[in-house]
Amino acid sequence: MNVPTVETFGQQVLHPKVEELIDLATELKQEGFNMVVDLTAVDYLSFPTRTDLPEDVKPERFEVVISMINHQTRERLRLRVQIEEENPVAPSLFDLYPGTESMEREVFDMFGINFSDHPDLTRILMPEDWIGHPLRKDFSVGQIPVQFKASKAKR
Amino acid sequence: MTSEVVETDNQSSPVLSNDERVRLREGSAVLRISESDATSKAGNEITETSDPSEETRMILNMGPSHPSTHGVLRLILELEGETVERSKPVIGYLHTGMEKTAETLSYTQGSTNVTRMDYASPLFTELAFSLAVEKLLEIEVPPRATWIRMLMCELNRISSHLLFQATNGMDLGAVSMMIYGWREREEVLRFFEKVTGLRMNHNYIRPGGVAVDLHDGWQADLRNLLEIIPPRLDEYDDLLTGQPLFQKRLQGIGSLNTSEALALSATGPILRSTGYDWDLRKDEPYLAYDQVDFDVIVGTHGDSFDRFAIRLNEVRESLRIVEQILDLIPSGDYRIQDKKITPPPRARIDESMEALIHHFKIFTEGFHVPPGEVYAAVESPRGELGCYLVSDGSPNPYRMHIRGPSFVNLQTLPHLMRGGLIADAVAVISSIDPIMGEVDR
Repeated sequence: MNVPTVETFGQQVLHPKVEELIDLATELKQEGFNMVVDLTAVDYLSFPTRTDLPEDVKPERFEVVISMINHQTRERLRLRVQIEEENPVAPSLFDLYPGTESMEREVFDMFGINFSDHPDLTRILMPEDWIGHPLRKDFSVGQIPVQFKASKAKR
Repeated sequence: MTSEVVETDNQSSPVLSNDERVRLREGSAVLRISESDATSKAGNEITETSDPSEETRMILNMGPSHPSTHGVLRLILELEGETVERSKPVIGYLHTGMEKTAETLSYTQGSTNVTRMDYASPLFTELAFSLAVEKLLEIEVPPRATWIRMLMCELNRISSHLLFQATNGMDLGAVSMMIYGWREREEVLRFFEKVTGLRMNHNYIRPGGVAVDLHDGWQADLRNLLEIIPPRLDEYDDLLTGQPLFQKRLQGIGSLNTSEALALSATGPILRSTGYDWDLRKDEPYLAYDQVDFDVIVGTHGDSFDRFAIRLNEVRESLRIVEQILDLIPSGDYRIQDKKITPPPRARIDESMEALIHHFKIFTEGFHVPPGEVYAAVESPRGELGCYLVSDGSPNPYRMHIRGPSFVNLQTLPHLMRGGLIADAVAVISSIDPIMGEVDR
């Protein structure tokens, strides 16, 4: 499959569209990329000036980053998928790589990105009734009330 | 504890080829129910089900405060009698938002944060973080720094595996093993204290090198260590490895085959116990692992006993590496002499205005890292430990993600426990060796 490819620090980085992801992953699996090592996301809300995307890739707020490895050729690959802010949905890789189950749950918990067709999309690190997604850039780190005059926190 | 033995693994699971067992959405070993559901059902026998075979099943919560769950792991178990049918690990009780915290800390402060993730092997997280930062900065650390890093990491692997021997023994009822394991680990920690000033959470490996050079007389301390530990390992063999009771508690308990382990993204001793030879130190050599001689230990059956034996023998391999480092370590700088990245020596600050400015800048603002994203991975005692770093050019990481091996390896737990007894579940949890600080981050 033809997707924009860049090389950063000796590693191939592929930029598929979100609708191409499953097809690409299927293809890569046949090629011998037998393990998804890591799956995470980045919220680019406060860093809109990034320049490391290829020209034909439209930057979106969220990005799902998938690291794969081919044990035979000892090759590593990274997939960066742009996810739009209005409809943050990505397809789940569970059927291809069951090991992504808890990683996708973590991304859902921390970023609010939904994985369609995931077997158990629930919060994993935060409590079930938690409101908000902590690793989003617009989620405040919070302040502890302290009794100093200059403190901005509520007293 | 019972010494009753279950003959084979996964008796109750249907006959499935290869890794189909872990791909199942319905009827797999993973109990996919919510935590609140589990709480309301806990202790009651399930009656509303239409399947008569499920009528005798019971939901049981184990943990988060249970001595054998290595901290705060909670398990929702679906039991039939004393047999574990399905289960779900519930994590997050130790979640402190360290990835979020990292975004507000500079790169200089960052290693103090990451070192608190995997508290049994803190140097590996520091190493992964430092390697990622150095890749973004495109700097090369001096050879001595690389070798010191390697020495400290191997010692840390030893202390971490000794801790595993201790807790594994304790979980299985070999309480004397607990005391021996902690005793030997203490010897290693004593060396760490001399070098870094701290027994745990060292903040020793930093971007640009290491914090301080090895102390005077470190060779003698290390030779002493190399004399103490090997005979103690042989004692472990007498006490555990050849012991029929111990073997019966572990052999054939919690088995996994290679394709299942690969499908579940398991790494480290879990993957190697299935007979799969994969170790980043050999297969993607970082630091100077290509210049030392060591073997990768693999198992055959993928059961709890193999995982125990692999960890015990990895200690021996690490000792071999440490011995070689003693002879091969080069002299020179222990950190890069780039005043924009590492602070100047204390004495220089009194003499040079420029040194004072650099010192001030590093410890107030931190250093700037060029924009970009990078992934660096190392082989921690638990598997692949990776650091994904995104920089926007400021002195703080834009995003810092740690790929924790325990977090991913924990997914194998329901599959390993299926069909075993609750007492075996304890052995299985122990054999995965999860460190909850790194699972929850």
